[in-house]
Amino acid sequence: MGLLYGLIAAGLALIFGLMDVVNFAHGEFLMIAMYATFFLFAFFAIDPLLAAPLVAAALFVFGAVVYLLIVRFAMRAKANAGMVQIFSTFGLAIVMRGLAQFFFTPDYRSVTNSWVGGKTISIAGIYLPEPQLIGALVAIVAFVALYFFINRTDFGRALEATREDAGAVALVGIDKNRVFALGWGLGAALVGLAGAIMAIFFYVYPDVGASFALIAYVTVALGGFGSVFGAFAAGILVGLVEATTALILPPSLKSVGIYAVYLLVVFIRPRGLFGSM
Amino acid sequence: MDTQFAQRRRRDLIVALCLAVIAALAPLFVKDVYVQNIMVLTLMYAALSQSWNILSGYCGQISLGHALYFGLGAYTTALLFTKFGVLPWFGMLAGGAISAVIAMALGYLCFRLRGHYFVIATIVIAEIALLLFQNWDWAGAALGIDIPMRGDSWLKFQFARSKLPYLYFALTLACIAWLVTWWLEDSKWGYWWRAVKDNPDAAESLGVVVFNSKMGAAAVSAFLVAIGGSFYAQFVSYIDPESVMGFQFSLLMALPAVLGGIGTLWGPALGAVILIPLTELTRSYVGGSGRGVDLIVYGALIVAISLALPKGLVSVFSWRRGAAR
Repeated sequence: MGLLYGLIAAGLALIFGLMDVVNFAHGEFLMIAMYATFFLFAFFAIDPLLAAPLVAAALFVFGAVVYLLIVRFAMRAKANAGMVQIFSTFGLAIVMRGLAQFFFTPDYRSVTNSWVGGKTISIAGIYLPEPQLIGALVAIVAFVALYFFINRTDFGRALEATREDAGAVALVGIDKNRVFALGWGLGAALVGLAGAIMAIFFYVYPDVGASFALIAYVTVALGGFGSVFGAFAAGILVGLVEATTALILPPSLKSVGIYAVYLLVVFIRPRGLFGSM
Repeated sequence: MDTQFAQRRRRDLIVALCLAVIAALAPLFVKDVYVQNIMVLTLMYAALSQSWNILSGYCGQISLGHALYFGLGAYTTALLFTKFGVLPWFGMLAGGAISAVIAMALGYLCFRLRGHYFVIATIVIAEIALLLFQNWDWAGAALGIDIPMRGDSWLKFQFARSKLPYLYFALTLACIAWLVTWWLEDSKWGYWWRAVKDNPDAAESLGVVVFNSKMGAAAVSAFLVAIGGSFYAQFVSYIDPESVMGFQFSLLMALPAVLGGIGTLWGPALGAVILIPLTELTRSYVGGSGRGVDLIVYGALIVAISLALPKGLVSVFSWRRGAAR
């Protein structure tokens, strides 16, 4: 679970941390990805594991479009930039939830009989549920790829440079909108990947995103803004904390542990674990 | 410059007085309960948003956890009344006091944080409180509290049929929140807050005690929001954790101020007057299908306004005034 939080959070960290834009619709991106997976499975019998790359690609396009249609203008605001971003993406989240209710109805749906759903695997006497294990593997691979992408390619450098100084970047011929649209696409693709895998073992319904979005924000902040590695590490920590809290407190209180750890960390280190901003 | 400012303040006061009188007389002509209900909600949101604006708008400490204080106000009143028979009026003051103290205690811990770290801390704290209340059996857990009706009375602040008493209370609350803001705008605190918002380091170097001024803003803001929460509990006579402490509510409270104009005197009221009736009307006219059409309209509206008018709806007025001069 922690690794999947890490993956959701890494997508958000890319948008939130690297581009310094708040995305309050991140949970709804996740919701869309889960629906996409569900319908690919229900109508075309494509297993979620095969659907994952398709969903990620679709979300990539979706993320880029959201940037070009909405966020681009929100970032242009000279006054109250933060609030404009929060509420334009929050409005988008409400629209997406409304659309999901309209087209998909508020029913709970789930993917049944997928290749790995509900099966467990035994490694050295420890039983592990297969979907979560696969999720963890996918998350690790995706994260390593992302890490190299950000730190070793021209695009990654362009992204960071654009956040630092958009004006100077324009002088050397980098189109800010193109870089950020790609960044948004990439962030959305990561959450698409996470959504495809989570559809295997979670119910899909219009409000599903909300429950994960808050944890994703906390995870990004816990890891520290501007650090994708931090988000991933914090994701693992959050998963562990959640599991431990569930052992001590009633299950309905399991998120309290995560929130308490966040507060504890920022009171001691106001910039999160690995934050640079 | 000074005289112009004083003139503006006097004019603001006169305009507010006129509006309050109009709002007070409106129920004489509008007898429809549905419309009166919308008026109560509009005034309540105006009051809440105005209070939120003190900390987040003027002082610049964006809080998306104000549902905590609203919920504390609602719960204090409801619990004191149902468990101990304490009159809601005392519950209201108790709720306000508790919220103000808690706001300062939390502020003591959180005001070192800046930017997103602070915002997320406020969300997280409200969320912890929400989860605790959902699991607190004595306080009704997730089911919430039903406030029993014991007949219409001002003493118990309950009215089964008439909306009017609630309307006048909400109006009073909105006026108080407005007046407090108006008064603070030109006080020592008001100037400190704006300095803290614009540049905390520079403010500190010029002798503003940044930490204390943040604490003051938090206490005033939380106290007023809690009174609003107490009022809401009496108004709907049923509360549950999700509806009074949920994250959505924190956003809803901030929304009128943001759309109207954050950190301005008129923004919250203007935002509430436009937004709340629109919300209620779309909900009752296109929301009936239960398929989320109202959400689509409402969300699109928020996106459109926040993109088109980043400074809020008040900027339309000041632009016109600027052109006239």
